[in-house]
Amino acid sequence: MSTSFTQPAKAETPGVDSKVAPDLLLKMHDLMLRSRLLEERLIRMQKQGDGYFWIGGPGEEAFNVALGLLVDKGEGLDHDYLHLHYRSSATLTAMGADPVDALRQMKSTARDPYSGGRNFAGHYSVKRWNVVPVSSPIEVQYSMAPGTAIAQKRHGGRGITIVQGGDAGSAEGDFATCLIWSSRPGMELPILIVVTNNAWGISTAAATQHGEKHVSDRAKPFGIRTAVIDGNDAEASYHGLKDAMEYVRSERRPFVVEARVSRLYGHSSSSGANFVAEEADCLQRIEAKIEQKGLLSRAQMDEMRARFTQHLLEASKRVRDEPQPPAEAIWQHVFADPEGAVAAAQLPRSSGPSASNAGSA
Amino acid sequence: MATMVQAIRLALHVGEERLGVTDVFGEDVGPPLGGVFTATQGLKTAWNTPLDERGIVGTAIGLALAGQRPVAEIQFCDYAFNTIDLLKLAGNMYWSSNGEWSLPMVVMTPVGSGIHGSVYHSHSFDSMATRIPGWKIVMPSTPRDAYGLLLSAIRDPNPVMFLAPKALLRTKAQPGDEIPGEPDERTLGRMIDAPLGDRTKWTPEWPKTDDLFIRIGEAKTVRDGRDVTCVTWGRMVAMCASAANELAAEGIEVEVIDLRSLWPYDWERVAASIRKTNRALFVNEDTEVTNFGEHLLRRTIEDLFYELHAPPRLLAGANVPGIGLADNLERASVPQKPGIAAAMRDLARHRP
Repeated sequence: MSTSFTQPAKAETPGVDSKVAPDLLLKMHDLMLRSRLLEERLIRMQKQGDGYFWIGGPGEEAFNVALGLLVDKGEGLDHDYLHLHYRSSATLTAMGADPVDALRQMKSTARDPYSGGRNFAGHYSVKRWNVVPVSSPIEVQYSMAPGTAIAQKRHGGRGITIVQGGDAGSAEGDFATCLIWSSRPGMELPILIVVTNNAWGISTAAATQHGEKHVSDRAKPFGIRTAVIDGNDAEASYHGLKDAMEYVRSERRPFVVEARVSRLYGHSSSSGANFVAEEADCLQRIEAKIEQKGLLSRAQMDEMRARFTQHLLEASKRVRDEPQPPAEAIWQHVFADPEGAVAAAQLPRSSGPSASNAGSA
Repeated sequence: MATMVQAIRLALHVGEERLGVTDVFGEDVGPPLGGVFTATQGLKTAWNTPLDERGIVGTAIGLALAGQRPVAEIQFCDYAFNTIDLLKLAGNMYWSSNGEWSLPMVVMTPVGSGIHGSVYHSHSFDSMATRIPGWKIVMPSTPRDAYGLLLSAIRDPNPVMFLAPKALLRTKAQPGDEIPGEPDERTLGRMIDAPLGDRTKWTPEWPKTDDLFIRIGEAKTVRDGRDVTCVTWGRMVAMCASAANELAAEGIEVEVIDLRSLWPYDWERVAASIRKTNRALFVNEDTEVTNFGEHLLRRTIEDLFYELHAPPRLLAGANVPGIGLADNLERASVPQKPGIAAAMRDLARHRP
């Protein structure tokens, strides 16, 4: 199928029951809607000058919410480690992250709990949930993830490592690193390797750069099980992930999931962050399903949208007034030990940039 | 007298037994070889990896994130250049997360020339390492310092790079400079050196060596002197000390400081010495452009300008793309004793 990079694929792993219970469907919708509105608020903030840059994951909510709901959340080896990327805010929302914190990161305030005003929006870090820091390089998480998975393999139990990147990032050698290190004979790792395939790398269509039918096919020679999931379908995402994660948890072996997703606001604010009407919208699809099943009316869902929108609007106004980190904060957290912290700032300030910039904050 | 490579092995063993080291890993690090320089023979947590430096550094980060204490080896620093963005990531993890995730991890790698390693086994990494903030960087010049710095590196809650001058790995300690608790040379070799040939039935017998934590950021004065301060590290320390000893016959007394830690570094000791001698020479074998010695020159000029009686100098590797294999080529590429002695003499004789 030569169109595999441009059209959503059907799930190749048939679930026993491809449906989810009505209350779970409603919960997924609630979280997907909150995530979408959060991204749209972040985009609005950036466009209004309340942030320097936006990047995120509108279009990945069905898959990422399913992932967040299925995560064993907690700190330490008994729980799942998450090596996510910058399109993962729906996963964090489903795990229970406060959306106001994402607004703080967009506004670079001192109270941004993920980076203290140091990093872009969508660059999460939550130690108490094993969410390791998201960084802007698109591939490095695939090289780090074997480390947490090795620790979990030795530890035993049911905790797994989850690593996620995009189709474009899979071209980097780190993706091969992840496949090789996860399938060393006798040391197969409990790792769920996720590729959310939106068929784009910034402006470049994946179909013009990738000859493989599915990115996940590259795992097959390693004996790694794979599945291609329609990431625009909440139910297919939930079941596909549930099956894959259960396999990784119990068998302590790797699994590659490729989810075909949409990119509904382009790459980032650099490419305009305008809605892309041509791509499938997972939120529209779940809402149609919910309406069809008679679980919620259109009016009820519109009311939810209005309520969440208002909540985020008010929060963004509050966040706007929060202070930025002070200039001297650049010297904090260079080293983790007290002696190192002193040494980090050992250069004379008479000639450094801090001195010449003093007073310009 | 332990060699430097034995000292590294002993420190890693102490790390495993007393400091919580969970993994010593890299290419050919585990059995049967135990490292191409034998630095990891017989260690209980040593294991082999795929031939993938990015995987090695990435996995070390992941292990540290998961609360382990990894020591990763890059077989030659020449092969660390494809890991630089991962080294940057390790260096910025604590800072980027606003102090949430610290990374207690060590990357050790043999560096420098002096073994006829040609273009891809002679690189230095010291200047490159100092371009990656968030790392502590140490570089021993003696077996005892290798032992004490590696123990401190392992205990440190930050990423620490341990640069081992490969030409010194087989050198032995000077009398009085032993590792605390080390047995005599022959006994030590019998206890911890793997036999040639079949090693499948061999297990080491580890001597009980004592704790020795050399503070990261503390230099050592190798030779006292009043006329010139020479600041150096790694393989160049012995060369500078030897050049200084020769100059003593001419009545020139050079103070030689082994920096030992490149970041953080012991500016207090360096500055005190330059205030005394009023003349400064910096020597290392990395290429001379954007060299860490240039930073020390800047510091000298900014902080000590009016103390100086001669223009401070840097003697470093020639700024050429590689180190050639032929003896003449290698010697012409990195500082040698006659050139070091000449620079010391010029500085001592310079009159403002």
